[in-house]
Amino acid sequence: MNIKAKYLGYELQSPFVLSASPISQDIDKLVKLSDLGIGAIVLHSLFEEQLIDEELELEYHLTHGTESFSEAQSFFPNYDDYRMAPEEYLELIQKAKQRTNVPIIGSLNGTSIGGWIDYAIKMEEAGADAIELNIYNIPTDFGLHADEIEDAYVHIFQQVKSKLHIPVAAKLSPYFTNFANFAKRLDYVGANSLVLFNRFYQPDINVDTLEVEPKVTLSNSSDNRIALRWIAIMKGRINLDLAATGGILTAKDAIKMLLAGANVTMMFAAFARNGLDYMKTLIADLHQWMEEKEYSSVEEFIGVMSQKNVPNPSAYERAQYMKALNEYKLNF
Amino acid sequence: MSEKRFITVDGNEAAAYTAYRYSEVIAIYPITPSSPMGEFSDEWASKGIKNIWGSIPTVYEMQSEGGAAGAVHGALQAGALTTTFTASQGLLLKIPNMYKIAGELTPTVFNISARTLSTHALSIFGDHSDINAARQTGFALLASSTVQEIMDMGAIAWSATLRSRIPFLHFFDGFRTSHEVQKIEVLPDDVLSQMVDYELVKAHKDRALSPDHPVLRGTAQNPDVFFQNRETMNKYYDDCPDIVQEEMDKFARLTGRQYHLFDYVGDPNAENVIVIMASGADVSRDTVEYLNKNLGKKVGVLQVHLYRPFSIKHFIAALPKTTKKIAVLDRTKEPGATGEPLYLDVVSAVYEAMQDGTAPFEKIPNIIGGRYGLSSKEFTPSMVKSIFDNLENSKPKKHFTTGINDDVNFTSLDFDPTFNIEPDSVFRGLFYGLGSDGTVGANKNSIKIIGDNTDYYCQGYFEYDSKKSGSITISHLRFGPDLIRAPYKITHAKFLACHQTIFLEKYDLIKNLVKGGVFLLNTPFPKDEVWNSLPKSQQKQIIDKKIKVYAIDAQKVAEESGMGRRINTIMQTCFFAISGVLPGDQAIEEIKKSIRKTYGKKGENVVKMNLDAVDNTLANLYVVPVPEQVTSEWDTFPAVSPKAPEFVKYVEGEIIAGRGDELPVSAFPIDGTWPTGTAQYEKRNIALEIPVWDESICIQCGKCALVCPHASIRIKVYGQNILENAPPTFKSMPSKDYKGEIYSIQIAPEDCTGCKVCVESCPVVDKKNPKHKALDMNPQIPLREQEKVNWDFFLTIPEKDRSTIQNTNIRQQQIQQPLFEFSGACAGCGETPYVKLVSQMFGDRTVIANATGCSSIYGANLPTTPWTINKNGKGPAWNNSLFEDNAEFGLGMRLAIDKQEEIARNLLSKLGSAIGGDLVNQLLNSNQKSEEEIASQRQRVEILKSKLKEINTVDAKRLLDVADYLVRKSVWIIGGDGWAYDIGYGGLDHVIASGKNVNILVLDTEVYSNTGGQMSKSSPIGSIAKFAASGKPTPKKDLGMMAMAYSNAYVASVAFGSNDAQTLKAFAEAEAYDGPSIIIAYSHCIAHGIDMEHPLSVQKALVDSGQWILYRYNPNNKLVGKNPLTLDSKAPKIPVAQYLDQETRYKMLSKINPAGYKKFYEEAQEFVNDRYKYYSYLAQRDFSDFVKQTDGNVRTIEGVN
Repeated sequence: MNIKAKYLGYELQSPFVLSASPISQDIDKLVKLSDLGIGAIVLHSLFEEQLIDEELELEYHLTHGTESFSEAQSFFPNYDDYRMAPEEYLELIQKAKQRTNVPIIGSLNGTSIGGWIDYAIKMEEAGADAIELNIYNIPTDFGLHADEIEDAYVHIFQQVKSKLHIPVAAKLSPYFTNFANFAKRLDYVGANSLVLFNRFYQPDINVDTLEVEPKVTLSNSSDNRIALRWIAIMKGRINLDLAATGGILTAKDAIKMLLAGANVTMMFAAFARNGLDYMKTLIADLHQWMEEKEYSSVEEFIGVMSQKNVPNPSAYERAQYMKALNEYKLNF
Repeated sequence: MSEKRFITVDGNEAAAYTAYRYSEVIAIYPITPSSPMGEFSDEWASKGIKNIWGSIPTVYEMQSEGGAAGAVHGALQAGALTTTFTASQGLLLKIPNMYKIAGELTPTVFNISARTLSTHALSIFGDHSDINAARQTGFALLASSTVQEIMDMGAIAWSATLRSRIPFLHFFDGFRTSHEVQKIEVLPDDVLSQMVDYELVKAHKDRALSPDHPVLRGTAQNPDVFFQNRETMNKYYDDCPDIVQEEMDKFARLTGRQYHLFDYVGDPNAENVIVIMASGADVSRDTVEYLNKNLGKKVGVLQVHLYRPFSIKHFIAALPKTTKKIAVLDRTKEPGATGEPLYLDVVSAVYEAMQDGTAPFEKIPNIIGGRYGLSSKEFTPSMVKSIFDNLENSKPKKHFTTGINDDVNFTSLDFDPTFNIEPDSVFRGLFYGLGSDGTVGANKNSIKIIGDNTDYYCQGYFEYDSKKSGSITISHLRFGPDLIRAPYKITHAKFLACHQTIFLEKYDLIKNLVKGGVFLLNTPFPKDEVWNSLPKSQQKQIIDKKIKVYAIDAQKVAEESGMGRRINTIMQTCFFAISGVLPGDQAIEEIKKSIRKTYGKKGENVVKMNLDAVDNTLANLYVVPVPEQVTSEWDTFPAVSPKAPEFVKYVEGEIIAGRGDELPVSAFPIDGTWPTGTAQYEKRNIALEIPVWDESICIQCGKCALVCPHASIRIKVYGQNILENAPPTFKSMPSKDYKGEIYSIQIAPEDCTGCKVCVESCPVVDKKNPKHKALDMNPQIPLREQEKVNWDFFLTIPEKDRSTIQNTNIRQQQIQQPLFEFSGACAGCGETPYVKLVSQMFGDRTVIANATGCSSIYGANLPTTPWTINKNGKGPAWNNSLFEDNAEFGLGMRLAIDKQEEIARNLLSKLGSAIGGDLVNQLLNSNQKSEEEIASQRQRVEILKSKLKEINTVDAKRLLDVADYLVRKSVWIIGGDGWAYDIGYGGLDHVIASGKNVNILVLDTEVYSNTGGQMSKSSPIGSIAKFAASGKPTPKKDLGMMAMAYSNAYVASVAFGSNDAQTLKAFAEAEAYDGPSIIIAYSHCIAHGIDMEHPLSVQKALVDSGQWILYRYNPNNKLVGKNPLTLDSKAPKIPVAQYLDQETRYKMLSKINPAGYKKFYEEAQEFVNDRYKYYSYLAQRDFSDFVKQTDGNVRTIEGVN
């Protein structure tokens, strides 16, 4: 039975891909996942904003209070070099390439066009097999029109793509007025894949302290429906790979995504909850299902449940939502 | 000869360079101003830099200088080429070993940045009192006067020590030379190698103790042989001077730089000669040349390089035959001697040579001695001239002083401060900055740029004031085509930059500018208002001297470029743009190049930020038109209020105004006694923002006052009627705890440093506007006048009767008056809240022994003193002895106080009937635990005193003298972890074991904070510190556990930012405990690399993670069958990494030692887990049997529950 998958021009040993997550900060864990059959690895995101903050913070702390008092003109040893986050990240790419046998995909979240391009080039030079652009910000400017935001995203993508030789994926949120149109625009400027969808850490309010706090929650299987819908709608209508991410916790979740049309499925919460050895379960479960359904390869069933292929394409459209809601009410 | 290579370094780096190149083992310990030599060595070793022998020296920090000397002795005996660095008290601690090392004829070189010894006061600055205290040890003493000489003499010392077998002490002037930056020629390895004969190294190693060829040293000898044996080594000392000269000659052949044991400069037929060593010789050389050339004098100076062994032969040969008068200058004072040491050497050398007939002089010269430059007192050409003027007198003043006005003993020579010998070819720039704005760093960088890009010689010297927050820095920069020998401050500047406008309020800056000079001002005023923002007197001088004025709003440029408050790059760019030291475009390009080099390692964004700042600067710099008339309506402010006491006005005020040098001898107390309570008059106005209280939402918790490091936020509770005279904007609210009374929180607007910790501590959030708390920061300037009035009114409100204050809860305890206020500690300091707490709770009956360190510096560094008194004139009495002896010092105080009390009690009993039985009985037996009881005892003592005055007996008079000791006194022994864990631990241990009633407060910052963050045994595993550049490999010493092992000591571990109530409880219990108490108080510190505006959240994470545990160990608990250990910390609830990542000292590991980062974090977690388990186990032990095991009686002990 062949569980190999194809993504971004690479043949993967399985359709399970590690999504951008803290797991990738530990090279030993990546090696283990690679050995256990992960298809590819997306490294955690390099956030340009965070890098700037980190550099400025280090500079601040190394200089704060120095050259002020005759007995203590500095407080820390003087080093010739600091391994700042970009170098750490680039080293991680190199190490991951050396120690694993799967494609390594760098993930980048920039804030300036220069930053997007510079860091993407550095990742390519460090040996990344592909880059995933994590395009996301919260536009809070009331005067900013939706078109301008989308144009800016496309511009970033176009610029980065034009400078790189390796495939580039776009990880997107579903919050576009017409997602299909935006996806098509990225397709047009050369995106190699869409990664659907980004989950954002949403703020929460602490009612005791009256403070806003970041709330980090792991995804659930129910979180994958929106991606499932859009992958099913996109499959066959757009000329690029599709990766499903968010709420894929079991082999069954992954199979649904593949059936809808995803080339690969990206996972993190499953490993966070169950440990890295869960990879074995995923593969075993996939094998079992394929055996039951008599599929000999993954490629064989990708997209068989896409909107284009299902007998009732409208099932993926809005009317179905109304129906579901009605059924829900009836169950009360 | 190798190709010459120049570098721009300071004296310490030059010394460390040579020492490191030759050494195999380096034993170090921090002490100002020599610490950087150890730091450089440690850094180079951590970077894997090798010595000339091909190995990386082992650099090892010891627990004290004495320890370092012991380790050096051992390493030398075991055959390693070994060195150490030190100064001042550190050198004193090395002396016992130095005798041994010299007695065993062991080659080594100690590098000493010579510093003042503590006498009536401590001074970190330079003179020769320390090296003179070691001149009798048998070490050779070799003096350097410039940064270049330091590097050169370092090599000569090594080659000479190996040849002569005499150990060398190589010294140079602390700060003046150790911290002076100069462009010098580096000694390449081939020169260093050629200077030392490997056979001599081999001989040293062959003499090593080894079981393969065993010998024994260190015998004990008896009267029959010791003397003869001691005389065996004379030949080595006799030979040493010639060896040193030969090595100097060899050095000259290799480098072209010729030195002599005694270098003479001046007229070959001079009659009047100065003899001097170290940097003072440089001043003298230039002055002699000027006097001979321009004033037609025939004078000379003899610079002493080899001070010990003192070679009479070489000395006499170096003097002109025509010499008639000699002035010998000593940078030390030896009270009671017939003269200072170098003077005595010269007298005996000349006398002996005359007697022997080897002197070439017609008749014996008239030799006079004088003192100069104690504690880095300026020594200038004008003073040198005054000495020659004195020599010209028929009866020159003997045992004179220069540089001061001695109006008591009349020793001083008059000098003309306007006398200037500096050639016009030397560029002289003065830069006034704030410590926090990066001025000094930028100037050091400018020197490197100019040094690297021109043939100019460069010199930089940097002055700092004595405060750790809002400190002023003055940079003195010289550049010129000829070698710069000017180890004195600039007073005739061609360029002067004022980096903060506040300096114009306080100082006359323009007086330092020459006619036609350039003045650069950073100012927030708009272009057309700049001129009028200058004070009258400065405007007048600008007009009269035809000064060209430039200005820029550097703060605005900094903010727009993302630089925050650091205006360093901006002001540096201005300097280069207008000074003309380098061509404009080249200068800017070099700054940018330097930015890329300096900041490149810290990330591209830091580089970009600085490059943006350069470009933005050029667009914002402008010329200020200077009108012909003074137009300003204001002038510089007096340094202190005219209402201040006389001493404050005329002594401290002058020091604050920068005129301390002009104070005469008569202005000072004779024995180091200094009045307390004077910091209140030094209004520093350094806060950009101050807290503003919103009484409508305040819950009166008292936390803001507790955490305030400077006691500049205060609480009072008082009667309603007081408000009748309140200023209109004075705020108040009904007291929650004292019904019917009024509660006010008031900020001292001119004393606050703007640290914001009070705001962080405030738990109140406005329900309608969560951005707003009961304390918010607001700009100081608009509030200053209003709040000054409010503060003055607040001070008139009577303090609450202490006996009505419950000091077991913070909301009330914080009403107690702080008797420690407005110190010079860092903004946001983590130590001072504890110190202040002691002053509040026990200050009116406390004597304090304070170890040297941050707390002694912010506690007593002039000009003003933060320890203060209450309205009855009572308050803490304080002294600092040394670094290493503080526990013993405090114990001595306890012994003395106990003795006085004992005398008083005996006399009381003896005089019983005359005084009255009841009063005597009450005085002897009343409890003095609560404030109320202490107040009653005070009243009884007052009654006693009035009765005693009526009794005319010797005993009554004696009792009157000691009656105050009948009120319980509290002895506090305060110091940092460097003292408690390391250098003072032996004494601390002894004092804890003594059982005496002392209270030890360890302000634990986990590093040597005062000297710049060196590792101590308190430093936790994995923390980065100086001397632990790759992270400390071993866990923190558990001082509390060691103290608990005695079982008779009260021990507490506290962290006020995590649990202030527990802190309060521990302080109260410790003081109440009738025996030794030790409180280990976590103190966040600027050296941790934390957000100093939010240190409390860091402390919270510290305790929540278990990295610091809170506990109290009260031996009295055992007496009631309870476990003495109360663990106040809950089990760790966050991973230790979550805390560690909040501090640069840990997090930076990921940037420099990623493998160590992972490993240390894991080990830190393991350590924390294990320690908590162990403490939990100890705290859970059952002590119910303990009572039975003693006498079976369960007792009730007051204060134990």
